[in-house]
Amino acid sequence: MAAQVQFKNLTLGYDRHPAVHHLNGVVEEGALLAVVGPNGAGKSTLFKGLVGAIKPLAGSIAFGAADGRAIAYLPQVVDIDRNFPLTVYDMIAMGLWRHVGVFGSLSGNLHGKIEDAIAAVGLTGFELRTIGSLSGGQFQRMLFARLLLQDARIIVLDEPFNAVDSKTVEDLLALIRRWHGEKRTVLAALHDIDLVRAHFPQTLLLAREPIAWGDTDAVLKPANLMKARQMCEAFDEEAQECVETRAA
Amino acid sequence: MLNHAFIEPLREPNVRHSLVAVLALALSAGPVGVFLMLRRMSLVGDAVSHAILPGVAIGFLVGGLSVIAMTIGGVVAGIGVALLSGLVTRATEIQEDASLAVFLLLSLALGIVIVTINGIDTTRLIDFLFGEAEARMSTEKLLVIATNTTISLVALALIYRPLVLECVDPHFLRSVSSAGSTSHFVFLAMLVLNLVSGFHALGTLLGVGIMIVPAAISRFWARDVSRLVLLSAATALVSGVAGVLISFHARVPAGPAVTLVAGALYCVSVVFGPVGGLAWRRLAGRHLEA
Repeated sequence: MAAQVQFKNLTLGYDRHPAVHHLNGVVEEGALLAVVGPNGAGKSTLFKGLVGAIKPLAGSIAFGAADGRAIAYLPQVVDIDRNFPLTVYDMIAMGLWRHVGVFGSLSGNLHGKIEDAIAAVGLTGFELRTIGSLSGGQFQRMLFARLLLQDARIIVLDEPFNAVDSKTVEDLLALIRRWHGEKRTVLAALHDIDLVRAHFPQTLLLAREPIAWGDTDAVLKPANLMKARQMCEAFDEEAQECVETRAA
Repeated sequence: MLNHAFIEPLREPNVRHSLVAVLALALSAGPVGVFLMLRRMSLVGDAVSHAILPGVAIGFLVGGLSVIAMTIGGVVAGIGVALLSGLVTRATEIQEDASLAVFLLLSLALGIVIVTINGIDTTRLIDFLFGEAEARMSTEKLLVIATNTTISLVALALIYRPLVLECVDPHFLRSVSSAGSTSHFVFLAMLVLNLVSGFHALGTLLGVGIMIVPAAISRFWARDVSRLVLLSAATALVSGVAGVLISFHARVPAGPAVTLVAGALYCVSVVFGPVGGLAWRRLAGRHLEA
């Protein structure tokens, strides 16, 4: 399998304080990888770095066949104005941005794709509702439909199942399995260890520093989990420069 | 009666000009107002209208009471302020409203200094600020307004999709396209053009009236953004025409007349508008099965 994403001694953070520290590793093409760790472990930071929203403090991220811009990303906190008068259909259709851009029209063939995506997440019948009228679970389904249409080789999901009921989780997991079947690379930050064990073949356990990375059963051993839990959210105003940086 | 209300005023060339001006203004000011409202920038329009003062004053000093000179001055000052504050917002962590407020106040202060130092006749200035007592709409002003409307409508058509997405989900737009910033700046430029038009037609203080109030009205009648845009333009048109006629008959300035007509429509909408109007809440009736 070809490397799809490669982290090379990657350090990400804010105001020079690292939130992800010296991460090395490869995400292979078609991998279904769970990123697990306590709050403040750097999961969201890692994803933000991956999609280019923040720049590395040190190290780099290299992309394989797919370039970095072709990532479909679902952030943990979605900055969507729910009062905006937009229909569910139009919101989902924006997943086709790369096809239609600023001026392109939604031709008949694309309308079919949109309807398929809406059906795949079980929102048929909600097309003309405004986005503000959806429940939390329906809203998440809508965002998944948009991800579907983005048709990206790499899909990054930051805590996609927060505040979502088990039925919705099941349906969304089915979509993730479908992406996995299509050999897309999927990374998901998750808190539910049982869910990770059941559905994700590979796991990265992160606690600012990578604790373990590999097959899920091997990574999620009690010893590793304990080690991750002991991580304190280190943000020391007086912190010294990182030793490795000084050596360089 | 009808003759007196509607036909009589048309014998005056100035009223005819004013009506055409307000028709043109309404077509673009209405849609611009909708996006201002949706971006929670409704008060920004008001603030930017003060920011164009130094430009207008400099235009006045250079070209006298020349519409073209004042327009160019106002547009340059307005776009300058909008660009500067937009750049600061995007390059730093400061929020758009705080950044705009700083630059607008600086601009207004500068404008007042320029006006005072050069002893610009304040009675004329009051005319500028409050709208002229009797409609004195020159062909020149009319051309400026029509040009601004044309530019604005074409620009809106070009940036409509990224502008909508930039309002709803800016992070998503940034992840798929770089059109977000461009559309934002084009929108700010459109705002300035329409404020300048509003200033020529209705005076700086209330030029914004025809932009903001119709947008707020439309929110009570439609749920979909494209309908909001159409409705807002239509409401601006009705208030504009009615306001100009009232201004002729009652000998009051056009700016306040137009804004008050829109205000009356707003009151009606708050009560009777089908989307969240107070009356419908009272009469909501029995709930549905599903």
